[in-house]
Amino acid sequence: MQITSPQFKSNAAAALGDRQLQRALSNVEKGFVEKRAAAVGRLPEFEALRDAARDIKNHTLSHLDLYLEAYEAKVRESGGHVHFAETAEDARAIVLEICRKAGARTVTKGKSMITEEIGLNDFLAANDIEPVETDLGEYIIQLRKEPPSHIIAPAVHVNKDQVEADFRRVHTHLDEGRNLEEPSALLSEARGVLRAKFLAADVGITGANFLVAETGTSVIVTNEGNGDLTQILPKVHVVVASIEKITPTLEDVGQILRVLARSATGQDSSVYTTFSTGPRRPGDVDGPEEYHVVILDNGRSAMLGGEFQDMLRCIRCGACMNHCPVYHAVGGHAYGWVYPGPMGAVLTPTLIGVDKAGHLPNASTFCGRCESVCPMRIPLPKMMRHWREREFERHLSPATQRLGLAVWAFFAKRPRLYRLSTRIAAGALAMLGRGKGRFASLPFAGGWTAHRDLPAPQGGTFMAQWKARAPERNGSGVR
Amino acid sequence: MISRDTVLSKIRRSLGVTGAETERRAAVTDRLQRAPAGVIPKRGQVGRAEQQALFTDMAEKVQASVARVASPADIPEAVADYLRGRNLPLSLKMGSDERLNALPFAEKTPFLEIALGASDGGDLVGLSHAFAGIAETGTVVLESGPDNPSTLNFLPDTHIVVVRAQDIEGDYETMLAKVRDRYGKGVMPRTVNMITGPSRSGDIEQTLLLGAHGPRDLHILVVGP
Repeated sequence: MQITSPQFKSNAAAALGDRQLQRALSNVEKGFVEKRAAAVGRLPEFEALRDAARDIKNHTLSHLDLYLEAYEAKVRESGGHVHFAETAEDARAIVLEICRKAGARTVTKGKSMITEEIGLNDFLAANDIEPVETDLGEYIIQLRKEPPSHIIAPAVHVNKDQVEADFRRVHTHLDEGRNLEEPSALLSEARGVLRAKFLAADVGITGANFLVAETGTSVIVTNEGNGDLTQILPKVHVVVASIEKITPTLEDVGQILRVLARSATGQDSSVYTTFSTGPRRPGDVDGPEEYHVVILDNGRSAMLGGEFQDMLRCIRCGACMNHCPVYHAVGGHAYGWVYPGPMGAVLTPTLIGVDKAGHLPNASTFCGRCESVCPMRIPLPKMMRHWREREFERHLSPATQRLGLAVWAFFAKRPRLYRLSTRIAAGALAMLGRGKGRFASLPFAGGWTAHRDLPAPQGGTFMAQWKARAPERNGSGVR
Repeated sequence: MISRDTVLSKIRRSLGVTGAETERRAAVTDRLQRAPAGVIPKRGQVGRAEQQALFTDMAEKVQASVARVASPADIPEAVADYLRGRNLPLSLKMGSDERLNALPFAEKTPFLEIALGASDGGDLVGLSHAFAGIAETGTVVLESGPDNPSTLNFLPDTHIVVVRAQDIEGDYETMLAKVRDRYGKGVMPRTVNMITGPSRSGDIEQTLLLGAHGPRDLHILVVGP
């Protein structure tokens, strides 16, 4: 897909003025946040499970080469095939070859962020294989030729009336006079249309929430059941998953499952958690005849052992974006690529380069809500700071910003001068702003005052006030 | 194979390891062997009767319906009652599970039409026997195979699942231990489905709608005293 991350600022400005989008985004702010809080409240062990989940992934990542080998051996034992792909291009070529060998004309797809990352749909279509997204949200955005705007609710930016219009536009074989007023009518229509596609598909492609080293199993977690129909009906099942999906044991999966659904949708458990191991067995009357796993690196191995390793713990629950004030304001498309929100702000620069995605780690107020809800305790703000540092080091940030920082740093390194100048500045601003108590414009502060007024300071600096209140603190303050 | 070795060596370079370290290898073997349990919610760590009550409660909270029958011989009538109550045709499809095939359908519910095998998408009702239930989340666990073909779990509009009361466990871990007992360490059936309520979607304006692609209704028959 086309990357528009470099245009984040104009994307965001457009998003703020998009009324349909703003209405749709209000659903995120309320629903997901409340449901997660309720589910977490029902499970006293939740915080302990977060620790356990974090520790499992840390252990796995530091032994990833060995767990991958163990996993691969187990898949082979159960009659499946494992393919390693270094890049997105490699992964696409592997999937295409499997589809060609199977003589595939249509493939059904379970919801998978990784196939969005490698741009699989466009590639298959360009090679005369029709990809059919089967998750309702993914199906809707496929009809609209849009990328997902949320990692677990891909069509969260779309309103019901837009879905109705899309269905009427595309499902031309159905009665024009049909009533699609209710969301349930839209769901039934999608169910009917996709049921035929499920039964006709030659290959089913899914992602994986976990790849279990102990048993060679891929695990998917869904609510609709589309992922299951995708993997049991066609004669070939292809799993596309990235290296960090490896999880040592079934018990380890159990630990992470308990934080996954609660963090994502506020469910105690998703409806379908499915463990798939190899192809159809002797005597089986259904299931795929071939089972392939494509394991993708695509830049992740370079994150190991460095300051971004913690990001590889991410289980794609979406809690960070559900709780992000920036995501709430601009939605997912503004981020300009596959992964939006705080997790996208950290991951996207790794995958497409900080030169293209440098705006994303800057699109944060550092309020810390993402880290506070992340089930894997990923220090997202810290890693966004790492990206800002790298951006600065590589001279990618704008000259005015660099100059501003340099001026600030000059003073910050000289505490006396800093205190003196802030005292003068605060005093001057307080005097100038005495009338209104705010400034509509100020030199060098246009970035702020273009959008809102700057409140006038009250007079004294923080340090001065702190000192003045020393007696109230029983003398136990700074010296 | 070239990609495989490249990916593994990139990982090793980043981690600063060779892959031959005895200590690392031992740590991995140990975890895979022991499969430590971790944190198990207290919710399910209760007596059998409470576990069964919790199972029903949790399943009903996610819009499954649950009925209790005293013995397997009561299942045919319980199935027929459910279908009549929902105004559904008196026909169903099931696999070759011995426990289901031994049921007295012919004597008790001769009017019930029963077809055997996998679902081709044309069946309105599927009947399966669960391997286990999990009280913690109100989940039924089904294994694939000719006994209970996986397609029956997803294609029919209505899925009826029989689970024996004694197979309802408190938590995931006890269920996983049962899978290991049955298949052996490190071995899994082709598919294990953990099913918690009927299919649903929230993709249209975050409104919860049942019956997305899988069954619109999930009815669980708990069998046993």
